[in-house]
Amino acid sequence: MKKYILTSTLAALLTLGGLSVPALAGPEDVVVENAWSRASIGMNRPGAAYMTIRNTGDEPVTLIGLTTPLAMMPEIHETKTNAEGVSSMTPAGEIAIAPGESVALESGGLHAMLMRLQEPMTEGDTFPLTLLFDDGGEVTVEVPILGIAARGPDD
Amino acid sequence: MRRRAILGYGAPGVGAVALMLFVGWWQVDGPGGPEPIGQRPVALTAMDFRLTDHEGNAVGPETLIGRPTMAFFGFTYCPDVCPTTLSDISGWLDDLGDEADEMNVVFITVDPERDTVETMAEYVGYFHPAIRGWTGPEEQIARVADGFHATYERVPTESGDYTMNHSASVFLFAASGRFVTMIDYHEPREFAVPKIRRALEEETEGAT
Ligand SMILES: [Cu+2]
Repeated sequence: MKKYILTSTLAALLTLGGLSVPALAGPEDVVVENAWSRASIGMNRPGAAYMTIRNTGDEPVTLIGLTTPLAMMPEIHETKTNAEGVSSMTPAGEIAIAPGESVALESGGLHAMLMRLQEPMTEGDTFPLTLLFDDGGEVTVEVPILGIAARGPDD
Repeated sequence: MRRRAILGYGAPGVGAVALMLFVGWWQVDGPGGPEPIGQRPVALTAMDFRLTDHEGNAVGPETLIGRPTMAFFGFTYCPDVCPTTLSDISGWLDDLGDEADEMNVVFITVDPERDTVETMAEYVGYFHPAIRGWTGPEEQIARVADGFHATYERVPTESGDYTMNHSASVFLFAASGRFVTMIDYHEPREFAVPKIRRALEEETEGAT
């Protein structure tokens, strides 16, 4: 059984560990690291956010969706590049993470696609992004917004 | 990490690479190649299109002749691949430093409906100053893509908008306009920068 506890201790530990994103609350088995996103130009373009989601527990977890006040339609997408070098994006559906495994949302692979922004994404700000799991668990992370030309969480 | 390991294989590795290159040549250029369609762009000198750069100047393939060229396709409403490619290119240019000064770097939109000259100007402004943004009428964009043997396709999204599938490789041409090679999406920097150097060096060789 997984326990859902408000884990301010965990958040503190994560912060102390030098990780950029403290998890605010959620299944204690899920750790989100290195979350980041790029600033947007206005509100008409979709944004994208990246992070690593680690299942530190003994049971599989399945990510089924996202919510955020920043965007009306946040969704996990996958970018694929075919043999002809043509890239395309499709909804990734549910993502199962086995115990001890992690899933990377990174440029050119999976990303949190932020469609219908409610406000522009401004460099230096952060926004809360909540990951929804199939057993009703939630994890909220505070995602830093980096520059438009950022290449990774450390930029 | 994996790539370093490959480099470490030494002599047998070199043989294997030579074999792979031969097989690659056989399949791409050699007798084993598929007849009608090549993936490779034609020379810039064989292309014919009219576009506008992000400063409003009329441009075409001839604009690129005389200096080595790095060109790629994308659109400014692209959340993932295009900003990543533009950031990668900015990084390669930083790595090359002065060497890259004599190079054309062009970002060609496949979404001219939304990517006006003004939009392109704002967007490229966030990346390396060498990067030029080119747009133009849809039929001219189609001609560019033809010349590059690149593809793009408009795809509706659930949010009621649309996105573009498109060739994500970066194309390299010598100063003569001859196609040199391409950098595939996500190719690591240790491969990308030497490829750009190859395009830069061809210029010197061609000039002598
Ligand atoms: Cu997407």
